[in-house]
Amino acid sequence: MIAEIGHYALVLALVLALVQGTVPLIGAERGNATLMALGRSVAAGQFVFIALAFASLMAAYVVSDFSVENVARNSHSAKPMLYKIAGVWSNHEGSMVLWVLILALFGALVAGFSANLPPALRARVLAIQGMIGSAFLLFILLTSNPFLRLDPAPADGNGLNPILQDPGLAFHPPFLYLGYVGFSVAFAFAVAALIEGRVDAAWGRWVRPWTLAAWCSLSLGIGLGSWWAYYELGWGGFWFWDPVENASFMPWLAGTALLHSAIVVERREALKSWTILLAILTFVLSLVGTFLVRSGVLTSVHSFASDPMRGLFILAIVIAAAGGALVLFAIRAPALKGGGLFAPISREGALVLNNLLLITATATVFLGTLYPMLLEAIGSGKVSVGAPYFNATFLPLMLPVIAAMAIGPMLAWKRGDATAAWSRLRFAFAVALAAALVAWYLQGGPVMALVGLGLAAWLIAGAVAELADRIKLFRAPLKVSFARLVHLPRATIGMTVAHMAMGLTVTGITLASAWQAEKILIMAPGQSVAIAGYDVVWGGTQEVMGPNYRAQRGTLTVSRGGKAVTVLHPEKRLYPVEGSSTTEAAIHTTWFADIYGVLGDTHEDGRATIRLYHNPGVPWIWIGIIIMALGGGISLSDRRHRIGAPVRTKSRTGTPSGDTSEGAVA
Amino acid sequence: MRLIYILPTMIFAAVALALGAGLTLRPDIVPSALIDKPVPVFSLPGLGAGDTDIGIDSRGFSSDDLKGRVSLVNVFASWCIPCRAEHPLLMRLADKERLAIFGLNYKDKPSEARAWIKKLGNPYRRIGVDPKGRVAIDWGVYGVPETFIIGPKGRIRYKHVGMLRPRDVDDVILPIIRKLGQ
Repeated sequence: MIAEIGHYALVLALVLALVQGTVPLIGAERGNATLMALGRSVAAGQFVFIALAFASLMAAYVVSDFSVENVARNSHSAKPMLYKIAGVWSNHEGSMVLWVLILALFGALVAGFSANLPPALRARVLAIQGMIGSAFLLFILLTSNPFLRLDPAPADGNGLNPILQDPGLAFHPPFLYLGYVGFSVAFAFAVAALIEGRVDAAWGRWVRPWTLAAWCSLSLGIGLGSWWAYYELGWGGFWFWDPVENASFMPWLAGTALLHSAIVVERREALKSWTILLAILTFVLSLVGTFLVRSGVLTSVHSFASDPMRGLFILAIVIAAAGGALVLFAIRAPALKGGGLFAPISREGALVLNNLLLITATATVFLGTLYPMLLEAIGSGKVSVGAPYFNATFLPLMLPVIAAMAIGPMLAWKRGDATAAWSRLRFAFAVALAAALVAWYLQGGPVMALVGLGLAAWLIAGAVAELADRIKLFRAPLKVSFARLVHLPRATIGMTVAHMAMGLTVTGITLASAWQAEKILIMAPGQSVAIAGYDVVWGGTQEVMGPNYRAQRGTLTVSRGGKAVTVLHPEKRLYPVEGSSTTEAAIHTTWFADIYGVLGDTHEDGRATIRLYHNPGVPWIWIGIIIMALGGGISLSDRRHRIGAPVRTKSRTGTPSGDTSEGAVA
Repeated sequence: MRLIYILPTMIFAAVALALGAGLTLRPDIVPSALIDKPVPVFSLPGLGAGDTDIGIDSRGFSSDDLKGRVSLVNVFASWCIPCRAEHPLLMRLADKERLAIFGLNYKDKPSEARAWIKKLGNPYRRIGVDPKGRVAIDWGVYGVPETFIIGPKGRIRYKHVGMLRPRDVDDVILPIIRKLGQ
C-alpha cells in the first residue's frame, strides 16, 4: 500500500510540475498576475507530493518491505538502520527520487522566499524549475520507477554493496545533490533573464545566495566523497581523478567561477552575458555529471547498473536544457548591454582572470574525463589517462589562480593600484618565501612542493593582511579595530575565511602529495617496522563479528621513541549476504598527519601483508574544505542576501572612491 | 561578433554528439587493427642495473623476446590505479600458470616503476621502459593498463583494454592461451 501511495504521489507531482512549467510562463508573457501567482502554490504542492513519495520509499526500506523490487535488490533485513535509510539513495532509482526531491525543495524555497522578486521574473524562474522537474519526474516514472512490486516477494533482500555501507557515503549523495540541483536555480534565473532580455545588479544579488548555497553543499559533498575514497579504498590517496569524481568537480569549478562573476554583475553591472553563460554551463555540467554516473557509460568504483534507455533519456534532458538555453543565449545575449568599464588591473580584472583560469581548468578536466569514457565505449574495461595528464594540465592552471586569489581582494573596483596592493602584500610575500625556505631546509624535497607550500602561505597571509588592512589593525587602537571587525560585512568575512581555508587545503594537498611515506611488506607477528619516525609492531589477527559481516581484525601497535601512540585495527570484512569483502583501513590522526594501516592477504602462520602509510597534511584537506563551506555560509548570512532585508547604504567617512574597504567580495 | 554568442551552442552540439556516441557504440565491435599482425619491431632499455634481489631483469625488452612461445605483454605504469588493482592477478598468472609476461612501462619514471615492482612483486620476465610512449604508439595503446596476447610466431592474437579482472582472465585470456599453446 505504501509503495502505491508513493507511486501515486510521484504521478501527481509530475502533473503539478507540468502545470508549473507552463502556466506561469504564459502568465508572465500576458502579464496575467493570477497565472503568474499560480507558480508559487504549485511549486509548494510539487514539493509536498515528492516528499510524500520519498517518505513512502524510505518507509518501505525501514520496514524492509521486500515486495518492493527496489528494496529487495538493494536492502537486507540484517542491515544496520543507518544503511537501510541511506540505502534509499544508494541505488539508481532512489537517488533520482532524492534528486527531484531536492529540486522541488529549491523550487518551493524560491516560491517562498521571493517576496522582493518582480512577479514576472519569479514566474519565469519557477516555470524553468518546473520544466526541469517534469523532465526528471517523467524519467523516473518511465525508466526508473522505484515503486515496482515483486510477486512473489523474496524472503530477504540482496543487500547493499558493502563498499557503500559507510557513514561518509551515506551523506555524500545528499550534499552532492544539494549542490548539483542548487545550481538549477542559477540556471533558471539565467534563462528567465534571457527571456526577459534584462540583467541588472538586482539580478546578480538574487542569484548569488542560491549559487553560494549550492556551492557550499557541493564543496561538502565532494569533501565527503574524497574522505570516503581515502579511508575505504585503502590506497592512502584522497583524489583519484576518477571520472565520477571529476563529474562532481567540474560543476564545482564552474560554480566557483560563477560565484565570483556574479559579484561583478551585482557590484558593477559588467560581465553580464558571461555570467549568464556560466550559470547555464554550471548547471549543464551538473546534468552531464548526472548523465555520466547514471547512464553507465563509464565504469568506476561508483558505477551503478546501466540501462541504455536511461542514458538516452538523460542525454535528451541534457540536450533539451543546454541546447534550449544556449540557443536562447545566442539570440538574446548580444542585446544585453554591458555595464561599467574597468582597467585590466582592478577587482573586475582579477575576477575575469580567475574566471578564465577556472573555466580553462574545467575544460581540461572535461577532456581528461571524456576521452577515456569514449574509449571505454569502443574498447572495454577501465583505462586511465591518469594523474600525469591532470598534473600536467590542471595543476599549472591552479598556480596562477591561487597567486591571484591574494591579490584580487587588494585591488579596487574599476581601477586598481598595483603599487599600493604590492605594498600591502609585501608581508604575505615574505611569509610565502619563508614557508618555502623552511620546507626546503627541513625536507629539501620536490620544487613543486616548495612552490605549493609557498603559494598556500601567500594565500593565507594575503587574506590575513587584507583583513588586517580593512580593520586598520595596529594602525588604529585595538578597540577601533575590533569595532571595525564587528561591523565588516559578513560577505567580506566569509571571503577571507574561505580564501584562508583554500590555503589550508592547498597546504594539505601539497604535504600529502610530496611527502607521503609508504611501506608494503609481509610481517610476522611480533615483527616491527619503522615508518616516518614511528615504530609499528604487527600483532596478528582475530575473528570478529559485525552486524552483517565477519571480519579479520589485525592489531598494529604504533609507538614513537618507545612511547605508545595508538593501536590500529585494520579489518578485512566479508559480507556473506552480498558475497563480497571490503578492506577497512585503520587511521590514527595527529591532526598534522595520518598514520594509515591496511590489512592485505593473511597466512595460516599469522603472517600478513601490511600496508602502512604516513600521510602528512591529509587532515588539513578536509578541515580546509569544511572551513571553506563555512566561509560560504558566513557570506550567505550577509544582510544584503537576506531576502527582504533593505539594502544597507554604507556611509563611511574617509574612503575616497577606489579605496578597497568599500567593496565587499564573496 | 554574433558568432561568439553562437560558439557555446556549437561546442555543446559537438559534446552532445560525443556523449551520444558514447552511449550507442557497443564494446564488442571494434577489434584492434593490429590483431593477427606481427608485433611492431622495437628495442627498449630496462629499468636499469641493480635490484637483482627483486628479480628485475635489467636487460630491457625487445620484439625478439616475443618469439617461440605464447606470451603476454602488459602495459603498465606506477601512477595508474587500475594497474595496481590488476597486479595481483598478473602475479598469479606468472606464478601459478607459469606464463611469460613482459612489461611495457608506459610514461613512467624508472625509479618509481622500480619501487613499485619492489613493493608489489615482479610478474615480468623483462621490462621495457617507454618514457615518452613512443613504442606504445606503435602498439596502438590508448591508455594504461592494456594487455596483449602474443602467439608463438610473434603475432598479436588478442588485446584487452583496461584492467584485467579475474573473470577476464578465466573466461577469455586463459582459454586463448591454451588454444594457442596447442
